[in-house]
Amino acid sequence: MVTKLKEVDAVMVGMGWTGSIMARELTKAGLTVVGLERGGDIKPSEHFALPNVRDELRFSRRQELIQDPAMETLTFRHRPSESALPMRRFGSFLPGDGVGGAGNHWGGHTWRYLPSDHELRSHTLQRYGDKAIPAGMDVQDWAMSYAELEPYYDKFEKLCGVAGRAGNLRGQKIAGGNVFEGARKNEYPTPPLEQNLSGMMFAKTAAELGYHPFPRPSSNCSRPYTNIEGLTLGACQLCGFCDRNGCEANAKAGPHVCILPKLRADPKFELRTRSWVSRLVYDKAGKKVTGVIYTDTRNGEEYEQPAGIVVLSAYVFGNVSLMLNSGIGKQYDPVTQKGAVGKNYCYQLSRMGVTMFFEDRNFNPFMGAPGTQMVIDDFNADNFDHGGLGFLGGAILTCGHGDGRPISFRPTPPGTPRWGSAWKQATAKWYQHALSISLSGSNYGNRNHYLDLDPTYKDQLGRPLLRMTYNFVDNDFKLSEFCMQKAVEIARAMHPTILGEPRLRRGDYDITPYQSTHNTGGTIMGLDPSTSVVNRYLQSWDAHNLFIMGASTFPQQGAYNPTGPLGALTYWSAEAIINRYVKNPGLLA
Amino acid sequence: MADDDLNSAEEEANMPTPPRRRFLLGAGTAVAAGLAPAVHAQAALPASARSAEPETLLVLTAPEAAFFSAVADAMIPADELTASGTDCGVVSFIDRQLAGAWGGGAKLYRSGPHRSAKREYGYQLSLTPKEFFSAGIVAANAWSRKTWKKDFDGLTTLQRNEALKALEEGKADLGHLSSRQFFEALLELVMEGFFADPMYGGNRNKVSWKLVGFPGLPALYTKLIVTYRDKRYAPEPKSIADFS
Repeated sequence: MVTKLKEVDAVMVGMGWTGSIMARELTKAGLTVVGLERGGDIKPSEHFALPNVRDELRFSRRQELIQDPAMETLTFRHRPSESALPMRRFGSFLPGDGVGGAGNHWGGHTWRYLPSDHELRSHTLQRYGDKAIPAGMDVQDWAMSYAELEPYYDKFEKLCGVAGRAGNLRGQKIAGGNVFEGARKNEYPTPPLEQNLSGMMFAKTAAELGYHPFPRPSSNCSRPYTNIEGLTLGACQLCGFCDRNGCEANAKAGPHVCILPKLRADPKFELRTRSWVSRLVYDKAGKKVTGVIYTDTRNGEEYEQPAGIVVLSAYVFGNVSLMLNSGIGKQYDPVTQKGAVGKNYCYQLSRMGVTMFFEDRNFNPFMGAPGTQMVIDDFNADNFDHGGLGFLGGAILTCGHGDGRPISFRPTPPGTPRWGSAWKQATAKWYQHALSISLSGSNYGNRNHYLDLDPTYKDQLGRPLLRMTYNFVDNDFKLSEFCMQKAVEIARAMHPTILGEPRLRRGDYDITPYQSTHNTGGTIMGLDPSTSVVNRYLQSWDAHNLFIMGASTFPQQGAYNPTGPLGALTYWSAEAIINRYVKNPGLLA
Repeated sequence: MADDDLNSAEEEANMPTPPRRRFLLGAGTAVAAGLAPAVHAQAALPASARSAEPETLLVLTAPEAAFFSAVADAMIPADELTASGTDCGVVSFIDRQLAGAWGGGAKLYRSGPHRSAKREYGYQLSLTPKEFFSAGIVAANAWSRKTWKKDFDGLTTLQRNEALKALEEGKADLGHLSSRQFFEALLELVMEGFFADPMYGGNRNKVSWKLVGFPGLPALYTKLIVTYRDKRYAPEPKSIADFS
């Protein structure tokens, strides 16, 4: 039996970054909001306290802050002709769990997508002509331009206290920042972090070769910062435990540090943890949702929470799964290429790079943060001429230390055995002296890459698991090859004692080793209801009071990590809801 | 670790490897077939280990402990850099990991049907880590007996290395289990034990952190990143227990 609860103005499904931002904006506007979170609550002062927060085994290896696949996972296959099998452990990507979501364990990279990322299809056709987009590839424009989203990017940066250096301030190019970025109205809220030797060496060589190195913008505050909510973030301690961990210094931005203290204090907001939403209540004829059904995992009972507005603010997979399990919208079919839910699932090209060994340099690889790394954007997106190259997109090249935790970080030169005395000697000899140039590459839609429901495997609520059909394609291999040549060129010019073998993107996608928690698509935005799930305000085409947040709305994935844009989009959507939708409910034009 | 430990360890290298000491004390005759009697093994032990109380194990059987000990010592041999894997606590670590939530299959989706799959699809068995290693050890010892007439822990150092290499290259016949998969799981677990915070039972005395120069805690580097740029920062490492 489902217990029906009292209606509220809005309900959030998931209380990570987007749920927290949206709930905060809506309660500030006077709406009553319930935040439903499947996992437990987290108190940074208790859960992320010294000394236990510095525990590589617990957080990095046993995945303390990561979603439990026993509750819900995905199934996976390389191509539509295969039977999918469940991802029994998360490896390639690590969705978050509990209040704060992936905003607890992320590293903090905070980008704005490039103006050309926002209009990828029209930009590509305009620059390279009608035949530039290869058969099978599906790229779309975002539903708003970079210029339109700029104030919201700015707002999210000021929520997070992002450390960085502007490269394009109101059209003025500034050396030392990213000169390829879109024009920004304001400088970053906090200056870049101190750099490691490794990042400095890379930047020096890259600049000598004519490239444009800059510090990676990251939500690792370089000094105490009071954000737009009046909450104060601490200064990053460069502890080297950032990704997969919480932050004891409150220097890494996250919902707990940046928003939740205010939200929890607001009587218009109610947080309900251990509340797992299984489906939305969909009134297909009325083109709206009337609420959500959730199971309280503390008693196993089902509840219906009616709401005037429903916001899907789970991770990418949760959003798509809820759409499909609620029968909202039309499932994408790779054969007919009709239907939009599940379409354009994209990933990110990662786990590529080249390692160098410098006998006479000391890197102290355990010191640093994501923001202590240097980047070049010269081979990202369309920042270089793709004429005759045979692929679209590109990669950022990054170098620096910030995660020298020894269970995982133990580079040895090529030919070193993986165990025994020779391994031990090499590990002891090179731990201090190794650094890598890493690549993070864009990934564009393909007609055979999509999400739907698995016919066989179920989650703990008995719902079909989401099924992912995905593999790397020719564009990815060519992109990887090209960008790796550039990385190796820089690596050679840095004159290492030993140059490792380039780690290229080759072969079938392997879901086992960690690559990137930057899955995108499945409920993509657009201006055409037949090829998108949400409109330019992230409002469902099929239910006007349903709004979908997060990277599931990205039509494709850029080389940059997605948190900056998804934060900006949430503010953008919230403003439309408050200023327009609430006053006149219906499809926003 | 005292210096005399290292000397004893070197002397051991060319002898038939004794059964792994503390873990076999009280193990009974069932597992001792073909092995040197426990009293001889005791004699070959370094002083510190001899004087130690028998290791209290949570879940490992004596043959399992002996197997893990032999693997840990082959992967992390006692040499001029560190004590052996076992003496660094790797077997204690493994015992506790397999006894705990992870060993029991936490954060593992275990619903069927189970099918064999390409490597890229990841782990597809219904076995928990504890069950997987149990099954793997039975199979590896059976293969070892077939090849060398002894359980793995009864092999000489050279034979152990040869056996591990065969496992690593997928050349060991483990019946229904995959040789490579078993080896990769072993390597991962041993290295976790060697490098994790010592509170988990391995990395005794922060031996691995000293080996590579990882300072551990508190890891507050705002100023040190500048002071030690291009200079080795290698204080005496501190672990979670030092701050608890």
